[in-house]
Amino acid sequence: MTKIESTFFDIGYMDRLSTQETPIHRLDPRAKLLTTLIFIVVVVSFDKHEISGLVPFFVYPVVMIALGNLPLVYLLKKILLVAPFAFLIGIFNPLLDRELLIHLGPVGISGGWISFASIMIRFTLTVGATLILIASTGFNAVCMALEKIGGPRVFAIQLLFLYRYLFVLVDEAFRLVRARSLRSFGGRGMGIKAFGSLVGHLLLRTLDRAQRIHLAMLSRGFDGKIRLMRPSKMQIADICFILGWSTLFVLMRLYNIPQFIGKLVAGLVQ
Amino acid sequence: MHMADALISPAVGGTMWAATAGLIGYCSKKVKEELDDRKIPLMGVLGAFIFAAQMINFTIPGTGSSGHLGGGMILTILLGPYAAFLTMASVLTIQALFFADGGLLALGCNIFNLGFFPCFIAYPFIYKKIVGNQPTRRKILIGATLAAVVGLQMGAFGVVLETVFSGISELPFGTFVLLMQPIHLAIGIVEGLVTAAVVVFVWRARPEILEKAAVSAPLGELSIKNILVGLLVVTVITGGALSWFASTYPDGLEWSMFHTAGTEELEEPEKGLHTSLAEIQEKTAFLPDYGFREAETEVAVEGEAWPAIDSGTTVSGLIGGVLTLAMVALLGFALKKRDKTA
Repeated sequence: MTKIESTFFDIGYMDRLSTQETPIHRLDPRAKLLTTLIFIVVVVSFDKHEISGLVPFFVYPVVMIALGNLPLVYLLKKILLVAPFAFLIGIFNPLLDRELLIHLGPVGISGGWISFASIMIRFTLTVGATLILIASTGFNAVCMALEKIGGPRVFAIQLLFLYRYLFVLVDEAFRLVRARSLRSFGGRGMGIKAFGSLVGHLLLRTLDRAQRIHLAMLSRGFDGKIRLMRPSKMQIADICFILGWSTLFVLMRLYNIPQFIGKLVAGLVQ
Repeated sequence: MHMADALISPAVGGTMWAATAGLIGYCSKKVKEELDDRKIPLMGVLGAFIFAAQMINFTIPGTGSSGHLGGGMILTILLGPYAAFLTMASVLTIQALFFADGGLLALGCNIFNLGFFPCFIAYPFIYKKIVGNQPTRRKILIGATLAAVVGLQMGAFGVVLETVFSGISELPFGTFVLLMQPIHLAIGIVEGLVTAAVVVFVWRARPEILEKAAVSAPLGELSIKNILVGLLVVTVITGGALSWFASTYPDGLEWSMFHTAGTEELEEPEKGLHTSLAEIQEKTAFLPDYGFREAETEVAVEGEAWPAIDSGTTVSGLIGGVLTLAMVALLGFALKKRDKTA
């Protein structure tokens, strides 16, 4: 029960984060969407045993979180919450790939552990970048960006619809669940049969609601297009944002900065 | 069942994005052609309904654990394949963006696995064939269960293929298949039963809803030829991308050869899942496999682009990594501080 509420609360919280006023929030949604995509593609393009080359990429989430005034601990918690899948698939690597790749004095580290660490780093980076995109842009703006970039209009519009009615219907589902658990003793009525009619009723109500919404929209002149008030124009800052980050990502992909720094330091020490 | 960005390669992710984007475009066109603008709000609201329904748990008979609805099949039955595919795609997009379930690059894979198979394979070829135009309770039950099982099996197989082709996970094909398919058989049966329960309820209360949905997407309109051609194109592209990929990283083929041979080791991972246990296991397994591993290392040295095995470079990499992280963190603090003073 608390889980239901917290999931719902989550969406609302992410939405509130996206209404802040910071330099990052003021950027054009398209700029942030494109940069996020480039970031993810560059990160996953590394060889599966790469660790040190991935480290510099933390600069992107760190800068975005700092400038966008986003809650670091909250985002980390969210990343941790979805980690199990990547962890469960990744954890087989150390068991299957046991060739020793690195020797740190007497301790040998197998390729499996390295690729496992690499998977977890990639996971943190990619999931982090996605969450940052939403928390700094907001869902409506992302949909708009999707349409402006050339995504199908029907798709973008119904994404907007889905998001808008999500809040209403989740509320309704929550009331249903509460009503059922208040009337259920010893787990009775929690089975598939009651579920069928419960969800069936919710569905019927949803369909009626959809029809009312449609009629309401028609009477207000809906013609299949959604017009948004906010003007969105790519400005120099947005283009600089995309180009700057992309150049940095490509450079970090081509040159292993930690190796370089490490060698420099080792050279100084000697 | 959701793929994660961390486990796929850009080649696989990109191919699946292209395939999915093509399907979304095609479906959008089809929905527009139907000229039924009642459908757009309906799709959006039903997508939200799937989220809401997922929040209602039920006890799974015989196990005592609880499950929730997946939703692909219900959407298809109510909306027809094209609109349902779009709706499923938007449900998954929201899950990817807000709950970080799956990822942006893996979104293509996820939409394809969870949307394409139920909408364009399981629905027209199984559910529609069984239920026909005169639905009965039994027909709906059998049709929905079978369709859900088949759809999920194909989706799970898609996950396996995409993961194995990406080559980030070491899981060999055979093991992964044995892991995924039975689990999803169980999930599929439960999903099918639940879907049937809801559909039967709707059919009893308001039969015209199902009839309308069935009419708006008759089987004849669904061009199987187009889909087959599309699938063929996707296969060719995937094959092309893969052969390119395989030649850049020959280890992908090597491990599958090595590890499918070593299946007897795979019984153990179950108990060794815990990290420390796994470490102990690795140490104990150190000697028996030694000769074998030596050979493997040689292969790896030849075949892989792993740049540095000598410890000097490794140590400098480590130091450099730590220093880079420290610098990044400092930068973050500095920006934050400037933000507050400003």
